[in-house]
Amino acid sequence: MSTFDTIPQTKQDALVEILLRLADDRLIHGHRLSEWAGHGPELEEDLALANVALDMIGHAASLYSYAAELEGKKDEDYYAYFRDDTDFKNIAMVELPKGDFAFTIARQFLFSAYSYFLYQELIKTVDDEQFNGMLQKHFKEIKYHLRHSREWVLRLGDGTDESHQRIQDAFDEIWMYTGELFDMDDADKSAVEKGLFVDVESFKNDWKNLVNSTLEEATLTVPDYDQYMYSGSRQGRHTEHLGHLLAQMQFLRRSYPDAEWK
Amino acid sequence: MLLYSDFWLLFLRLQIIPMSKNSENNTEWPLWEVFYQPKDGKPFEHAGSVHAPDAEMALQNARDTYARRNEGIAFWVVPSEQITASTPEDQGPFFDPANDKPYRHPQFYSVPRAVKKRK
Repeated sequence: MSTFDTIPQTKQDALVEILLRLADDRLIHGHRLSEWAGHGPELEEDLALANVALDMIGHAASLYSYAAELEGKKDEDYYAYFRDDTDFKNIAMVELPKGDFAFTIARQFLFSAYSYFLYQELIKTVDDEQFNGMLQKHFKEIKYHLRHSREWVLRLGDGTDESHQRIQDAFDEIWMYTGELFDMDDADKSAVEKGLFVDVESFKNDWKNLVNSTLEEATLTVPDYDQYMYSGSRQGRHTEHLGHLLAQMQFLRRSYPDAEWK
Repeated sequence: MLLYSDFWLLFLRLQIIPMSKNSENNTEWPLWEVFYQPKDGKPFEHAGSVHAPDAEMALQNARDTYARRNEGIAFWVVPSEQITASTPEDQGPFFDPANDKPYRHPQFYSVPRAVKKRK
């Protein structure tokens, strides 16, 4: 199913759509994190960011593999390397350039908190054994991503004047991209009806409470939830940044489709 | 990619540690010693060390550095400066006296015939 198609009708189409939405968020976010490799603020944090990147790319790979099995594609690489930017269903937040360390941490915290509540609900709901098994496996790592990024928000916010200013700026800058976390379109609703997704509204307050309490503890100001919010990425309307990211990520595979690791 | 990250860790360790010892304005995070417990009931073993600003981050850095291959089930982290070590000069008085006391090893004693028979 490509991006501008109609609402998925069968259970399998709905499942593939959800798998790709989850996987695209994780692949693109993981790729952005991988850009820190060798550039982290400290050796240990460099390794931590690379670990989270590998976890997220791993989550994406397992979700893509299942989609590939359902759609009869060769493997997960098809989705990662041979689709164009308008086919990607990730939210814009994860494709934004990595920015400074504060921006990376702010994004990780907002997204991991969202993933934490989303996965918690999905595990209770998803009526597909293989998909649910993956979610349970990923969930353990998501808990750690949340813990790690939350602790950093506290330390940067309640740290030096510079770290406080940088993480506050990061939250202010990224805020307009948080709306998409809770957008529900017809494909999502169709998946909810088929027991493959959940109404994200059901945990929006939990997410807000965690974000508010963390930012307050970090002596930060919570930006306005009612400000203008970016939308449309799930339907393929991306920022300019995704194309550049894909050019770098896909170049080798597209130029040498049969290349192998030796 | 996993393998690559491990090589690169080793590489960075070799590069960074000697440099930081020479720098005058050392803004590096404090060092922590990491111990891990391989299994329930087993004694903790020394894994290595990490830099971290505080105890919680030391635990997290220990997790990211030393819990990559099912090493164990629990960690201790201790500020390295809190460890008191014996000096090389202590080696003689501390350890040499045991050299001529083989009876402190269980193997020194022969097992009675009646016990051997039961095997």
